[in-house]
Amino acid sequence: MERDDLVQDHKYSISANHDEAHGIEIRKKIWKVTGILTLITVVEVLIGAFIKQYDATGGDNALWPYVKIGFLVLTVVKAAYIVLVFMHLGDERKSFKWVILAPYILFILYLIFICLTESSYWHEVFQGADSINP
Amino acid sequence: MAGHTENISTSELWGGDGSPFRISYGKQWMWMFLVSDALTFGGLLTAYGFARHSAPSWPIGEETFNAMPFLGTGYPLLYVALMTFILIVSSVTMVLAVEAAHRLDKKGVIKWLLLTVIGGFFFVGSQAWEWYHFIHGSHFGSILTADGWAVVDFNEANEMVLRMGRGLTVVGAEAATLYENATASMQGANLIENEYAPLVPQYANFFFFITGFHGFHVFSGVVFNLIILINVVKGVYDKRGHYEMVEKVGLYWHFVDLVWVFVFTFFYLL
Repeated sequence: MERDDLVQDHKYSISANHDEAHGIEIRKKIWKVTGILTLITVVEVLIGAFIKQYDATGGDNALWPYVKIGFLVLTVVKAAYIVLVFMHLGDERKSFKWVILAPYILFILYLIFICLTESSYWHEVFQGADSINP
Repeated sequence: MAGHTENISTSELWGGDGSPFRISYGKQWMWMFLVSDALTFGGLLTAYGFARHSAPSWPIGEETFNAMPFLGTGYPLLYVALMTFILIVSSVTMVLAVEAAHRLDKKGVIKWLLLTVIGGFFFVGSQAWEWYHFIHGSHFGSILTADGWAVVDFNEANEMVLRMGRGLTVVGAEAATLYENATASMQGANLIENEYAPLVPQYANFFFFITGFHGFHVFSGVVFNLIILINVVKGVYDKRGHYEMVEKVGLYWHFVDLVWVFVFTFFYLL
């Protein structure tokens, strides 16, 4: 049976091929992003090793909430580089980019919101002032 | 495959000029699969966040994961940072394989894809070690003292050190007294109890489930990469005129790296 879908496939796939000159440019970008990702990981580990969640008496470190937000930002930056450069989503058509990103971002933001709201409530129930624990 | 499309006029669908996204069928649906898989991992990690946020206490990553192979303990996060680096490097070799594929450079694809497979095996092996260590537990385990759970250790002067969590320690005679009067002990981790967080047994469950699910993805990715590598060597894609299959497994492989970036943050850093 003739596979009429493959004809179109070949067209897109072959048009994705590039020559050596173009390849040098792409490889340069790849190495640059590799450097950035490695640097971010090193920074994350150094922060994790030197800034503690607690102070000398075991109390909370006042700096920690900012470190936490910093970790989240660095993680999202890393994720963006992987998705947009390594997975080439940045090179796809704008419409396709949003078909992939928009539903995911929308859904995951809702999920995070609802889980944090609910777990804050449960935290209050278990450990709050009017806790169910005696 | 696609045997029933004769009766549909493509010109009526979108002007008959192929996909509106200018992307092949296979690549598009690899992306769709990755979105759904990302939702699965997103669900697991938010569930983890839910449990952690509602729990009274939670173990600190750098206190639980501070061991290195052959070197013992005292290296917080170093091993997992190494694992992360291995996975990032194997993601780089993958993207270089895809780049070589776009130049129809068969030798280049073989070289980079082979390195990717080796990197993947290294990561799976590292995870096996991490699991072994996590299940086996620290050298002396944890005990339940009058001041709560504590990990037992000894310092260079051979005095007992009780690590009470959050960086607090009790040393020497005081530690020995607490040890004498301990009412329970625990070593290692399983699905019912774990020495790292005796009060929140679900900690180990999340660890096993999330890193296990991710490890299974890595293992599958290595198998996919290996299959494609064999096809490249056999010249299957030369005949086809393009190496898009390398790009498709590449998408999957990068996704595995992407998930690890988040697991690394939520399980080890925070």
